[in-house]
Amino acid sequence: MSIGHTLLGLLESGPRHGYDLKRAFDEHFGHDRPLHYGQVYSTMSRLLKNGLVEVDGVEAGAGPERKRYAITDAGVTDVAQWLARPEKPEPYLQSTLYTKVVLALLTGRDAAELLDTQRTEHLRLMRGLTERKRKGDLADQLICDHALFHLEADLRWLELTAARLDKLAAVIGS
Amino acid sequence: MTPAGSLLAAEGLHKAFGRTTALDGVDFSIHPGEVVAVLGPSGSGKSTLLHCLAGIVLPDSGTVRYGDHDVTGMNDAQRSALRRSDFGFVFQFGQLVPELTCLENVALPLRLNGVKRKEAQRHAREWLERLEVEDTAGSRPGEVSGGQGQRVAVARALAARPRVIFADEPTGALDSLNGERVMTLLTDAARDTNAAVVLVTHEARVAAYSDREIVVRDGKVKDMLAGLL
Repeated sequence: MSIGHTLLGLLESGPRHGYDLKRAFDEHFGHDRPLHYGQVYSTMSRLLKNGLVEVDGVEAGAGPERKRYAITDAGVTDVAQWLARPEKPEPYLQSTLYTKVVLALLTGRDAAELLDTQRTEHLRLMRGLTERKRKGDLADQLICDHALFHLEADLRWLELTAARLDKLAAVIGS
Repeated sequence: MTPAGSLLAAEGLHKAFGRTTALDGVDFSIHPGEVVAVLGPSGSGKSTLLHCLAGIVLPDSGTVRYGDHDVTGMNDAQRSALRRSDFGFVFQFGQLVPELTCLENVALPLRLNGVKRKEAQRHAREWLERLEVEDTAGSRPGEVSGGQGQRVAVARALAARPRVIFADEPTGALDSLNGERVMTLLTDAARDTNAAVVLVTHEARVAAYSDREIVVRDGKVKDMLAGLL
């Protein structure tokens, strides 16, 4: 995820302090991986340097000064361009699991067993995500669904490969 | 007796249809309140296993025990009575009675168990509410959507408070959202009533609602918990 673009996008609704930005980020996107303060301030310094944000005000307090950041016109354009640009789809052509299956067949090990073990591991994770969905809000449900659909795709590949093991073994052995 | 604490258990099930072996020495057990997914490719024997466990089909050899009952030793009438009183069923296509309203469909298993009409319909209405399809009460199955019909089927399966629910591809005909809702409602209700669920599915996202899975392949079962084939 591009943290810079995400923080810029959050600033579009109005100026915020670094702390507010972190809180907004964590609330929307940081369920599993909240942002460190250091990441916020280093990102804001970079955005400042590039003219994508500006300091809108400084509050003096007992602690360090609190800067309030505002997005610039160049920043708004940058967010718009980022949103309009499609993400590069992951090609999924480098599969460790495929490598393991081939190696198992090449070395005379039980490839079906390997696939069964992997299915159990996938389902374990899917159960956890399903439980989180049951208890979570809509954002949780959408995030978990994204993961669940990908894991399901893995499992469909796994079932297809399990059904083709004899054929694959023959190809590899020839 | 069934294996320690289990509600339903099978041992050494064999079943062939002509020359085709559907089950080849299958063991299985499930505890009260447990949801077990039965996975495996098409034609692997998943549905045959479910039918044997539910006493719909008799195995050629092996035993199915439900509590203190030897299901495989019962005659047709006894097995039918057991299915009516203790088991609930949900299939891919709801298999509701088209001539009855949805309310009457849900009340049907209660009526067959001797519950008076008013009482049966009161219970049925509660289950329709729980499955979020109370609006369908007066409609016939042909007049409701696929998702609604399947929820009515789940309500019917649960209305008589079965101790085991057999679900064969219960979301197979539904879109993702409806399928998900049906699975949530089905497993929540089953857990609340401490019913066991035998869930046959080929969908991983549906299997993720289970507590554990077994895999059927070429008529043999691999219990992923025990790791035995």
